[in-house]
Amino acid sequence: MDSHKLTALVVDDDRMVRIIHGKMLNSVGVKNQVVQNGKEAINVHLSGQTFDLILMDLDMPIMNGIEAIKELRSMGICSTIAGVSARSMESHIQEFMEAGLDEYLEKPLNISKLTSFIHKFYVTN
Amino acid sequence: MERSQPRRQVAAMKQSLFDQGLLDEQFIQLEELSDDANPNFVEEIVTLYYRDSSRLISSIEQALKERHTLDFNKLDTLMHQFKGSSSSIGAKKVKAECTLFREYCRTGNAEGCMKTFQQLKKEYASLRKKLEAYFQLARQAGPMETACRPK
Repeated sequence: MDSHKLTALVVDDDRMVRIIHGKMLNSVGVKNQVVQNGKEAINVHLSGQTFDLILMDLDMPIMNGIEAIKELRSMGICSTIAGVSARSMESHIQEFMEAGLDEYLEKPLNISKLTSFIHKFYVTN
Repeated sequence: MERSQPRRQVAAMKQSLFDQGLLDEQFIQLEELSDDANPNFVEEIVTLYYRDSSRLISSIEQALKERHTLDFNKLDTLMHQFKGSSSSIGAKKVKAECTLFREYCRTGNAEGCMKTFQQLKKEYASLRKKLEAYFQLARQAGPMETACRPK
């Protein structure tokens, strides 16, 4: 699938990170929305919207990334979810993966990491 | 021909910031996101960084005032956030001080935390001044066609 037909949701409590990740997604042709925490991510889905990709920050107030991913998966959301965090310790990554995400991306994100992630899950055969 | 001189100065200033170890590749990533719609994207992001992170700096400062009963978990959490933001703009030296501070939090070293925080604030303030000068020169030079990578 061409990345220009994909949609994404950016979930991060840091305003600057939301802007940067949104701009990165725009630059590779992925239409996207941004929300501030896991609760807002859930609400966006409850309103009927779905996304091909979700970039989910780990540490957020109100509802963190792990809680949000578990909730989304229990709602039957099958989007490709990447956990995005500055944490690098193996134990934390394991917890994140077990919550139901498809990929872990270490911050800071860059275009190369983003396109590799997209190509991994949306390669045109 | 006259136009190229200011642009060379901009490139030289940027090279210097990298040579001093103040910035890393992430800064270039941000420059590459600039386009006709947002020609000053990096400057806007850096402005936002200094605006939003000042709250974190104040919170850490406040938490460090509890000299005899420092909450190292709270300090580590705050610094984790600050480090994340700093790494998003490629603030290499600031990020290194954040890492050192977190190490001191892990070992419960109050003195280490306080000394490192003072150094971090110096690096943070110094970077701000240098980036302001860089952006001012870049605006005077006019838009670059592409982000140029330092050597």
